[in-house]
Amino acid sequence: MALNEDKKLYHVSSSPHVRSNVTTRKIMTDVAIAMLPATALGIYRFGLHALLTVVLTVAAAVISEYLYEYLMKRPITISDGSAVVTGMILALNMPPQIPYWIPMLGSVFAIVVVKQLYGGIGQNFMNPALAARCFLLISFSKAMTDFSASFPAGADAVSGATPLAVLKAGGEASLSDLFFGNIPGTIGEISVLMLLIGAAYLLIRGVISIRIPAVYILTVAVFMGLFGGRGFDLYYIACEVCAGGLIFGAFFMATDYVTTPITPLGQIIFAVAIGLLTGVFRVFGASAEGVSYAIIIGNIIAPLIERATVPTPFGKGRYAEITKKLMNENKGGGR
Amino acid sequence: MKNKYFERIYNGIIKENPTFVIMLGMCPTLATTTSAINGFGMGIATTAVLIFSNLLIAALRNIIPEKVRIPAYIVVIASLVTIVELLMQAYVRPLYNTLGIYIPLIVVNCIIMGRAEAYAAKHSALLSACDGIGMGLGFTCALTIIGFCRELVGAGSVFGYQIIPDDFHVGIFVMAPGAFLVLACLTALQNKLKAPSATNLSKAEKAKKKLAGEPAGCTGECGSCMLHAEEIVDKKIELKKADCPKTEAAAKEGGNR
Repeated sequence: MALNEDKKLYHVSSSPHVRSNVTTRKIMTDVAIAMLPATALGIYRFGLHALLTVVLTVAAAVISEYLYEYLMKRPITISDGSAVVTGMILALNMPPQIPYWIPMLGSVFAIVVVKQLYGGIGQNFMNPALAARCFLLISFSKAMTDFSASFPAGADAVSGATPLAVLKAGGEASLSDLFFGNIPGTIGEISVLMLLIGAAYLLIRGVISIRIPAVYILTVAVFMGLFGGRGFDLYYIACEVCAGGLIFGAFFMATDYVTTPITPLGQIIFAVAIGLLTGVFRVFGASAEGVSYAIIIGNIIAPLIERATVPTPFGKGRYAEITKKLMNENKGGGR
Repeated sequence: MKNKYFERIYNGIIKENPTFVIMLGMCPTLATTTSAINGFGMGIATTAVLIFSNLLIAALRNIIPEKVRIPAYIVVIASLVTIVELLMQAYVRPLYNTLGIYIPLIVVNCIIMGRAEAYAAKHSALLSACDGIGMGLGFTCALTIIGFCRELVGAGSVFGYQIIPDDFHVGIFVMAPGAFLVLACLTALQNKLKAPSATNLSKAEKAKKKLAGEPAGCTGECGSCMLHAEEIVDKKIELKKADCPKTEAAAKEGGNR
């Protein structure tokens, strides 16, 4: 993943010599393409303001990455597209009527503080876009949770509360509205259909594996069934899964390569952990949503999970004793 | 610089600034700096305790038995903290209410214990008091600056006077994460500006220290040096031996004769 296209590898490295034409740039392009349907629907629903929010947030992310690297005399990495993806994820997490400067400030925080100060791409300890979203959520909680102006004229459901808030208050949500984006919410999370189209594209291209999203969503579903207070009511559980940022978070943020475990078992533990956290935040927390916090807490414990789930290399573990014995015998024979 | 009393004060504020250079007393630094005035109040309270604890401990240094010195220091410090706490409760009630539990917690402040152990226990009372003034002022300056930055960005005001409208407050800065962000930025700035400090020597100075067998970047009075004092002395002797093998050989010869 990390090979640079334009840099030829002349140095000799140890095995395994796996060749791949996958580059960061290609992966990031795929992720950006996968987010386009949701972005397009958000812009269609919320109009020019949403379009400008996306454009300005992405621009702020790319420019701050360029400026930081230029000032610090580091190689400029804006062409790998990771800043674009960070900006896009952040913009899609914004309520539609947000003042432009708030997501732009978030972009600068994501790129400079969370990503570059820790060493640039691949070194960030949590998902930059999510960290920036939480930063903004804590700092500007009023503007960040204001969905009252979500709908332009002509829509029927002009209510300020998001479906999750309605569900939490004991009301009902419409699954079809959730599916087609007929709800108040952030720019990118409103339509499950559009998000799933993007997710399917990523899965087909092999950019992400289904493991984390599937286990994550399943855990949340089971948790809501157990503790949601309405039993295993399928319609309710489906609404809980489709509402809020769960689908978006599961496919686009919890699958980030840098901040999630790479071992298969570790990925499952990670997904279960963030699923439980999301459920706890949703059911017992003060606010209706908890996906962002759950994922960044998961990001922080990812290294620990990885350390605990290191796979046994060939020749170690159960057969180590036998191998050792054989090697000792061989040595003896050599003498 | 020639005056050793002045040198202690300069050392405390700039060279071994307890917050930005030796990173001691992080708990009050992070918790009480939500505004400039809170930081300043905390700093002054700590300074008062620090000056008198250094003075008393240095004065008592020959009486306190080595084995029970830490409990003895704590008794001295705790008495002083109680005095400060009662005075604050009597005369600066609003500040006392805001700082709350952090005033009694001055007892366990690392700076105070650290200076007692590393400096006051080995130097004269007057020098130790000057060291307390320096360290205390360094701490006060640092806390006030951190509080100023957090208050300005997070609450939009300077010493309580609002200058930025409500919509533009970055609320996170008056909360815990903001403390870490501001502290890190200011420490980075201090490093970048190459303010001459214990951890920030020029290359030539570092090389010189290395040659002398001392850990780079320290005046030889920090906790690390105290712990490894014997090793350092050994190293120095070795280095000297390596430097002048001839004299040693000559000395040996002389001994043989």
